[in-house]
Amino acid sequence: MYAQMVDTGVTAVRTAAQMSAVERAFQARIDADVKIEPKDAMPDAYRKTLIRQISQHAHSEIVGMLPEGNWITRAPTLKRKAILMAKVQDEGGHGLYLYSAAETLGVSRDQMIEDLHAGRAKYSSIFNYPTLTWADIGTIGWLVDGAAIMNQIPLCRCSYGPYARAMVRICKEESFHQRQGYDIMLSLARGTPEQKTMAQQSLDRWWWPSLMMFGPPDAESVHSAQSSAWKIKILSNDELRQRFVDQTVPQAEYLGITVPDPDLKWNAERGHYDFGAIDWSEFHNVIKGNGPCNRDRMKTRVRAWQDGAWVREAAMAHATKSAAREAQRAA
Amino acid sequence: MNEWPLWEIFVRSQHGLAHRHVGSLHAPDAAMAIKNARDVYTRRNEGVSIWAVRSSDVVASAPGDQEALFEPANSKVYRHPTFFPMPDEVKHL
Repeated sequence: MYAQMVDTGVTAVRTAAQMSAVERAFQARIDADVKIEPKDAMPDAYRKTLIRQISQHAHSEIVGMLPEGNWITRAPTLKRKAILMAKVQDEGGHGLYLYSAAETLGVSRDQMIEDLHAGRAKYSSIFNYPTLTWADIGTIGWLVDGAAIMNQIPLCRCSYGPYARAMVRICKEESFHQRQGYDIMLSLARGTPEQKTMAQQSLDRWWWPSLMMFGPPDAESVHSAQSSAWKIKILSNDELRQRFVDQTVPQAEYLGITVPDPDLKWNAERGHYDFGAIDWSEFHNVIKGNGPCNRDRMKTRVRAWQDGAWVREAAMAHATKSAAREAQRAA
Repeated sequence: MNEWPLWEIFVRSQHGLAHRHVGSLHAPDAAMAIKNARDVYTRRNEGVSIWAVRSSDVVASAPGDQEALFEPANSKVYRHPTFFPMPDEVKHL
């Protein structure tokens, strides 16, 4: 998802008998749905995994501003431009809520940003694809934010208090994002033949990368099993992906555009859509840094951080100086 | 790097309720903390007033003190009105 393939640092999920008394007590609290708060005792692996997951989620929000920011100056109307700016600003806000949640675990903001820029921290694979046409802004809101909501709603119930609370805030704002995306798609679908083609081509480009957002099948993943035991992952990647397909296909039908999957069909027996095989080699390639935009995204982020350094330093110097002057006056 | 200090942000909604903790953010000073809080936490009319408190100034109870602080209340159920059964015939109590 926004956090994909999060390493839990374990090789197997341990049974109660294999756990230490402290770990057993912690797991019992999780099982009883007690929220874990920043100052509570927690196993080191839980803390480290959460830092990885929440910071990856935060990085995705921030890097996710780039593909959409690309269209702010070229939005077709002033109304669309204002809406897109509000949406991109929300993504920045989501990144900040999540960085704050991660900081409660003892990692600094600067450390997380350094890890991202040095390539030690990941962000979602989806933001390494380019936004070639205006329709891609519609598709991102509709599919990418739609997929994000699917993942984030269950996370509102996750075991770590600050993360769960950040998710509640984010989910409230996210449905505006999805609707504004679908609204763009509706306009295109009801427009000229060229606009309709633009909508179709955009769906063709984004459909498979959107399904990959949920991450590889997690049946065999020990990390998924551990994250589920800790209740920082609530539903499996495959469950979420199926829900997403089931909800999205009728929405595409309404738009009159076709999901680019010849194997897609309703399975009345299962009560779900069956869909074709996903090309996981593409996903792993993007994760490794070889997607269409990985290098460009990182270059842009690093440059923004460096270009802003003098502002951060000047603001701090001003604050320090003012405080000193204030103290002198009071003395 | 000289990181900006962390602030805890409290927002009061329109309906006369108390300020409520909404999250935290980094800012170099109090004025910037209020400005940033406005951008980060009140983009949708969430409030009419903001408090910003330096996180380092917050004094918190320790998780280990939970028993000592909060357990005594458990045995004092008579502090709740439902402790006292009232006859059905008696009204307005």
